[in-house]
Amino acid sequence: MSRVLVGVKRVIDYAVKIRVKPDKSGVVTDGVKHSMNPFDEIAVEEAVRMKEKKLASEVIAVTCGPTQAQETLRTALAMGADRAIHVEVAGAEYETLQPLHVAKILAKLSQDEKADIVIVGKQAIDDDSNQTAQMTAALLDWPQAVFASKVEKTDSGLTVTREIDGGLEVIKTKLPAVLSADLRLNEPRYATLPNIMKAKKKPLKKVAAKDLGVDLSPRIKVVSVEDPPVRQGGSILPDVDTLVAKLKEGGHV
Amino acid sequence: MLKRCKFIVHYVSKFNVFEQVRYASQILPQFSAEKYNVKRKNFSNVQAADVSYFQSILGNDRVLTDRDEVLPFNIDWIRNCRGQSQVVLKPKTTQEVSEILAYCNKKRLAVCPQGGNTGLVGGSVPVYDEIVINLMLMDKIITLDEISGALVCEAGCVLENLDNYVRGHNLIMPLDLGAKGSCQIGGNVSTNAGGLRLLRYGNLHGSVLGLEAVKADGTVIDCLRSLKKDNTGYHLKHLFIGSEGTLGIVTKVAIHCPVLPKAATLGFFGIKNFENILELYKSAKSSLGEILSAFEMADNLAITQTVKNLNLPNPISDYPFYALVETHGSNEVHDGEKLSNFLNKEMESGLIMDGTVTSDPAKMQTIWNLRESIAASSLVGGYVFKYDVSIPQKHYYDIVPMLKQRLGDKASAVFGYGHIGDGNIHINISVPQYTKEVVSLIEPFIFEEVSKLKGSISAEHGIGFRKPQFIHYSKEPSALGLMRDLKQLMDPNGILNPYKVLPETN
Repeated sequence: MSRVLVGVKRVIDYAVKIRVKPDKSGVVTDGVKHSMNPFDEIAVEEAVRMKEKKLASEVIAVTCGPTQAQETLRTALAMGADRAIHVEVAGAEYETLQPLHVAKILAKLSQDEKADIVIVGKQAIDDDSNQTAQMTAALLDWPQAVFASKVEKTDSGLTVTREIDGGLEVIKTKLPAVLSADLRLNEPRYATLPNIMKAKKKPLKKVAAKDLGVDLSPRIKVVSVEDPPVRQGGSILPDVDTLVAKLKEGGHV
Repeated sequence: MLKRCKFIVHYVSKFNVFEQVRYASQILPQFSAEKYNVKRKNFSNVQAADVSYFQSILGNDRVLTDRDEVLPFNIDWIRNCRGQSQVVLKPKTTQEVSEILAYCNKKRLAVCPQGGNTGLVGGSVPVYDEIVINLMLMDKIITLDEISGALVCEAGCVLENLDNYVRGHNLIMPLDLGAKGSCQIGGNVSTNAGGLRLLRYGNLHGSVLGLEAVKADGTVIDCLRSLKKDNTGYHLKHLFIGSEGTLGIVTKVAIHCPVLPKAATLGFFGIKNFENILELYKSAKSSLGEILSAFEMADNLAITQTVKNLNLPNPISDYPFYALVETHGSNEVHDGEKLSNFLNKEMESGLIMDGTVTSDPAKMQTIWNLRESIAASSLVGGYVFKYDVSIPQKHYYDIVPMLKQRLGDKASAVFGYGHIGDGNIHINISVPQYTKEVVSLIEPFIFEEVSKLKGSISAEHGIGFRKPQFIHYSKEPSALGLMRDLKQLMDPNGILNPYKVLPETN
């Protein structure tokens, strides 16, 4: 049986309207409601299902972030993860935390914890990087099965259906391996009350990034964060002739 | 990317509900006048000269006379009522409303004021050829006082737009309804709409600080104060709140917006029986106190049918009853502690069999969406009778099993859901087809029973076109007499929303 490590990220809840900071250095996060990255929820669900099907022996949820990120771990625990590891990254370091850093942390932890499978969401909805799974696999030199929409256990490993441009690809992989969850992999459950209560008592270990030997100095500098351009208002024209005239006027025909 | 995807999914599913409703049957509903055997009152018919006059005030674009363009304004959204109006007017200012009414009053042309047309008792569509005055273009926000929370806006503002606007200023609208994406504040006020936040923020007679309305003769009644306290003479604004457009057309509203709660949590619980719902409500009131913002219930069929018909997720498995409990507060830690004590206690006592609780906005939205979609879900296939009654809580659910028994296999589904906190239950009865026989089994039986239980035959939907003949179950003859006197005084020619609210005198 395998041990599964699931990476979860605390992001601004997708129902919240995003506001860009006036100095364009990022988006406003203070006093804004956060929750687990939806793709990571799918990853947790898949790991918990593996455990329920007795394909996995233990599910460990990991997050990197400030103290509040522990709420996200508690959500993972309430969904069914067995224990959690909080890699503390706060302040300025957190602001510049990038997929490569997270991949190094996940790689180190999967070795320390003797994980056989690492699952993360295919991307986080805040930075849309879509890099962590791939980088983790490269650092560990493990096979990767990303954009998974179906995961099945086979004798020697996993059969994974991947969502690719224009269709699906089915691949077989040996274990250990790194997976990333796509939207259709499953529909995450709601944590039930008894499990929410139990989650409060499940073990949550805190570690510092530097204790894992990971250097968090930034590799990328964010130059500017800006709102998408506002849509120009349309107008209703009385007839086709006016439309054609307008199009000509604008140089479109 | 996901954000956009999810947004589209959400939008599409919401859209679908209404589309399904709209296209549940491509066949047009029968004319209300024929279906309910109503005689046309002695009003003038709209002439070409009248249309020209309206065009002279509004211009050609805002006077609709094309049959296809007018059609949607004639049909209510549950596709039960259909009027025969040939003219729709879309004023942009109070002055225009006033000129239209002054003219119609003089010419004895009947009018039907209309907002988002999401009413459930046929009050928002004409019965015969009443001229539809739709306020959708009066959608300007005038002022927002961030200190007092007083919002002043025009009647045609869509509730959801207002809510989004005031949220930007750390406030929320004091009311929230399933139809918030279409309904207009003027219509909300005219019908005294209740909705999901009534338990916490009270009804519109409290939240509406002032309003401007136009009387039948075109006189503009300016009561647009935004004061919490104003004891100067008769409280005239109340005449326009809940009178469903029969005394005047509301054109502007001043409404008090409470502070946007910093912390909100939503629980969705499985409950064994109705008695336990009441016990849980009692316990929630005492344990959660001032942070309790909504307490809703739905029976098994209400939820399972919605899940099935609209393909929505049910966060928990099958239970005989469901309760939805929401808290709004100013401090997450404080609220969380209260809620967790309440949950621990009631899980242990067994009142809550299972459930989920969340403060993630996206998840809360999904759960609320399930509750809010119940109304629309029952419109998929067949015909549905909808009743909105309030009954003292002890007997809140009594009528549902009574109706089930009475209708037997003539009904495909009978279910109840609603706002426990307000004693307001919605009862839906789905039948394969509308027949006079089924009607006679339900009405007036349901109203008689409600009356026996000292309830109201219309808790929040109003009287509209569908219920005037039953109003006597809830209103004494002396009260009805005074209502008639007021109508006579304010609209002597009876041109405002005729055939509605007041029963015919034989």
